[in-house]
Amino acid sequence: MKKVFMPLVMVAILALIPFVGVQYAGLSYLFGVIIPYTAIVVLLAGFLLRLADWLRRPVPFRIPTTCGQEKSLEWIKYDRFESPHRFWEVAARVLFEVLFFRSLFRNTKAEIHKDANLAYGSHKWLWFGGLAFHWSLLIIVLRHSRFFFPMVPGFTDLLSHVDGFFDVTLPTFYITDAVVLVAITFLVFRRLNDAKMRLISLQTDYFPLFLIAAIVVVGVFMRYLTRLDIMPVKDQMLRLVNFSVDAPGDIGALFYVHLFLVSVLAIYFPFSKLMHAGAIFLSPTRNQCNNSREKRHINPWNTAIKFRTYAEYEDDYREKMKKAKLPIEKQ
Amino acid sequence: MSKYVPKLPELKKEFDEKPSVLKGDYSAREWWDIPVEFRDGNWCFPGKSEVLEDLGFANPRKWAATDDDWQLPAGWQKTISDGLQSRLKKYRSLKLFLDSCVRCGACADKCHFFLGTGDPKNMPVVRAELLRSVYRHDFPLVEKILKGFSGSRKLTEAVIKEWHMYFHQCTECRRCSVFCPFGIDTAEITMMVRELLNLVGVNNNWILAPVSNCNRTGNHLGIEPHTFVQNINSLVEDIEDLTGVAVEPTFNRKGAEVLFVTPSGDVFGDPGVYTMMGYLLLFHHIGLDYTISTYASEGGNFGMFTSNDMMKKLNAKMYHEAKRLGVKWILGGECGHMWRVVHQYMNTMNGPADFLQVPVSPITGTRFTNASATKMVHIAEFTADLIYHNKLKLDPKRNDHLRTTFHDSCNVARGMGMFEEPRHVLRNVCNSFHEMPEDTIREKTFCCGSGSGLNAEENMENRMRGGFPRANAVKQVKERHKVDSLVTICAIDRASLPPLMKYWNPGVSVYGLHELVGNALVMQGEKRRTTDLRENTMAGFEDGGDDEE
Repeated sequence: MKKVFMPLVMVAILALIPFVGVQYAGLSYLFGVIIPYTAIVVLLAGFLLRLADWLRRPVPFRIPTTCGQEKSLEWIKYDRFESPHRFWEVAARVLFEVLFFRSLFRNTKAEIHKDANLAYGSHKWLWFGGLAFHWSLLIIVLRHSRFFFPMVPGFTDLLSHVDGFFDVTLPTFYITDAVVLVAITFLVFRRLNDAKMRLISLQTDYFPLFLIAAIVVVGVFMRYLTRLDIMPVKDQMLRLVNFSVDAPGDIGALFYVHLFLVSVLAIYFPFSKLMHAGAIFLSPTRNQCNNSREKRHINPWNTAIKFRTYAEYEDDYREKMKKAKLPIEKQ
Repeated sequence: MSKYVPKLPELKKEFDEKPSVLKGDYSAREWWDIPVEFRDGNWCFPGKSEVLEDLGFANPRKWAATDDDWQLPAGWQKTISDGLQSRLKKYRSLKLFLDSCVRCGACADKCHFFLGTGDPKNMPVVRAELLRSVYRHDFPLVEKILKGFSGSRKLTEAVIKEWHMYFHQCTECRRCSVFCPFGIDTAEITMMVRELLNLVGVNNNWILAPVSNCNRTGNHLGIEPHTFVQNINSLVEDIEDLTGVAVEPTFNRKGAEVLFVTPSGDVFGDPGVYTMMGYLLLFHHIGLDYTISTYASEGGNFGMFTSNDMMKKLNAKMYHEAKRLGVKWILGGECGHMWRVVHQYMNTMNGPADFLQVPVSPITGTRFTNASATKMVHIAEFTADLIYHNKLKLDPKRNDHLRTTFHDSCNVARGMGMFEEPRHVLRNVCNSFHEMPEDTIREKTFCCGSGSGLNAEENMENRMRGGFPRANAVKQVKERHKVDSLVTICAIDRASLPPLMKYWNPGVSVYGLHELVGNALVMQGEKRRTTDLRENTMAGFEDGGDDEE
């Protein structure tokens, strides 16, 4: 299980680097200023470049995967969101994918029963786990906006309030912290638990899961156990937001581990499968109308080809065609 | 049955002994360590030299997939790698689908070939990884630092063999793409890899011979004009014998309102010919002003399984002929991949069809606005409209000897979205129709296992395995509802499902939708009909029977 172990070791080493760097070598400037800036630049530039790289390639054909009835005869009800015909229907289809993982919701599990019979059961665990993972991550990221504004924005407060509904710890326990950890655990174990998943998983599939898990664990640790003093953290984040390159104040080394791992994630993002975050908007099987017979789709490179014309055909078969009493162009 | 397939009990035993969907123990192995094994029944014969020469394709030679040395042309690595680069530039789909997979595994057990073989490389995700792993090798920066991190590998002859094997165990049916959260379409990847393989002469005669035929004679079966006419005329005689009605199709006639194009299998093959008889009866019944072309005598398009350029080249004949004959619009027969081409490619490739008019049904006056640019209407849309407007005199009791179920053809389902029209027709022409289980129909329909040019006799084991999920769904309605008739709207289905049924579900026959329409049509001036179009006795209409209305 080298492919599970290696990424785990990599994440452990990555976590140790800033710890040692700050604790023993006093490199807080490197880890608190230089690397975060670099990371954010790489993330933004990389993400945009990857998007641009996709967008500059043409979409020669209109190839939606139609998962519902086409729009054809008036008396047949068509499926707006599975076989969209108008722009807003396509937009809704893409949004359903992005926000609710529509296609994963369809998931089934095939089983072979006695006497070679196939059965399909509804299998929504991946959908549920994936949704829990992505949505809690999003909420956690949004919650962190409190570190980047001098005054905590209203929506962050509201979000934190809702997220902290179960006010059972001090500081307030956030549900999403638990959800994301459970979801990651599920996502890792489903890769390990099933022979098919073990075969298809690569190191690049485990690495980001472990990396995100480490970020969350360190964050949870700081918040609930070591009770890190967040004022210097917020000062430092505000400095970064204001493009200041001043040296950070005195913050615990654990924070640098958190920040460094986030930076690694940001740098890794544009070069990895994590770009599915952008790709999902562009997928030609999902983001095109199913109206190719109604509206001509243009292929910018439509190759000019020579086909066998009727005249050539008739030249070859004229006598036979005459005998068969077929009308011909030339005698 | 074919010598290229094990006996049914043997295959069943395999499923009983290894009931897991993934067959074999891979605990200590990675998929790229598993060697490829060509044996009887799991590969198609390569393109013959004369066929390749006729098409101007690369590397004509005598070889077989079981050879050690495939005699790839000098510099083949560069050909493949340049070919891939140029396709990445031309197709956003390819680039995106190679970049965005997260290997979530949702597609893994959705492929009929995987369910039938249990071979890990038939999981759609791995099928795509076969190419992805090579594609990633072009970005070896990370690879050099951390060997094995991103699962990349060099392009070797073994990879080519693997591609040949597994991209000919994909029927471009798009079922996986329905379940993929990013809509990754393995059909797109298979199409691209088959293009690449053709560049180095790794190919399939069952695809290339029809392509060459179609280019020369106008149809896949290589039927020359006089034989084509003869065949249809013999069907006309059969119709007259059976019904007493003389239908009068015309050929290459200028000035007809409609050009009718259908797969040549309907003209030549059993049971496709009965579907053809259904069309002819229907057109006669409504008095359609139509003509059939011997030049554009193929609806199907095996170019689609070869390369996009070849698809365009073969498809170009339809518009070319429609223009020459001066028809108003085109009506297309029952076919699967033909309709993927017509619906999603034709107008883009060979349009605009501004010399044609927006199709209007001359009988009902319905404007087919959904085909207002391509100007080609599917026969099921056309007939459903006729039935809806009560323009057909139908006696569904004439199909009472059949208990039917309906097989959605992959391309019509997932590349077009036509589900209701054929069902509307079917419900109106027969009294017994039972759907197969929900997860095996409509957008989740299973391929016949022989689509995309894999219908070769020597590929029989693969076909019977690939068709297993479809056959199994039929078996369930056979047991539950005594279904004995599998109705389809695809010519490849009509060719490939009969052997599949014979193997898995003896006693189930395969019908085209319009064959049932033909049975049910009450023709003006017809004689008393006691048998259906294939001369099977109709229940309740036997000689001497008195319950005819």
